[in-house]
Amino acid sequence: MLPLDDTDRRLLDGFQRDLPLEPRPFAAIAGDLGLAEAEVIRRLAALQEAGAVSRVGAVVRPNTAGRSTLAAMAVPEDRLGEVGALVAALPEVNHCYEREHRLNLWFVVTAADAEGVVAALARAEAATGLPVLDLPLEAEYRIDLGFPLRWT
Amino acid sequence: MDVTPGERALLAALADGLPLEPHPFAALGERLGLTEAQALDALRALRDRGVVRRFGVVVRHHELGYRANAMVVWDVPDAAVDAAGRALAAAPDVTLCYRRPRRLPDWPYNLFCMIHGRGRDAVLRAVERAAYAAGLAAVPREVLFSGKRFKQRGAVFGPARTGGAAWTNSTAAS
Repeated sequence: MLPLDDTDRRLLDGFQRDLPLEPRPFAAIAGDLGLAEAEVIRRLAALQEAGAVSRVGAVVRPNTAGRSTLAAMAVPEDRLGEVGALVAALPEVNHCYEREHRLNLWFVVTAADAEGVVAALARAEAATGLPVLDLPLEAEYRIDLGFPLRWT
Repeated sequence: MDVTPGERALLAALADGLPLEPHPFAALGERLGLTEAQALDALRALRDRGVVRRFGVVVRHHELGYRANAMVVWDVPDAAVDAAGRALAAAPDVTLCYRRPRRLPDWPYNLFCMIHGRGRDAVLRAVERAAYAAGLAAVPREVLFSGKRFKQRGAVFGPARTGGAAWTNSTAAS
């Protein structure tokens, strides 16, 4: 757990959505928090450097600017590190996790179009010699509006 | 809800987030030959059309103390899955909730959600609460805790021929 002060927490929790699309958004945040613009920028940079913030930017609705899918593989335990690294090295893969299941490697593939997704899954199979389960999104029941943080 | 090549290039330039400087949209636009006003107008249009779902601070759960996270999967009868999905999505600990296809015989589950917690016990208690709240207590389910994280990022760079098409995506099972 990173050492965070109350101002960091307010920055992390209060500005996950609706960042003003105006020329000086960090000045707008600074106004809300009673800080200087430079202080907001310094803190966000430090949080990003520490890994607590992935980025300050856009979350795009799935399958609008590109196409994506969730994929799974059953990897022999003694090959998990090797296969995980091979899959994670594919440029179309943006998330890749071990999960506790017979299907123990899960990853998200995103490409410009459906053909690009199919090609990336084929490359994952070719690189690893293992079959891939393709589990594309069919319906979305919850819109990603950020992650409410609870500090205690 | 297609995007234009110019919009895609803008989202690509934004893949690693805004530059952290006083005029971030001017800096972003400069990479693409756009003025600050043009970059802002394009982003507002993407937001208004719902392509950009949210714009702001994207946090990483693990680094903020949410050390346990699980993908919880459910085998819900097809006729009931949409209602169940909406109910599950309303549970307080559920952060993402999707329907995906079964792949029999390997994979019988058609409803997916993500639950994050500070520890495994907290996640398991949240799963129980969500199951009861959504009327899914008697439905077959599995809880897939995450282990090693091989990669987590918000951006994917397409083939170079597209000029670096990239975007961020909220489908992540993270």
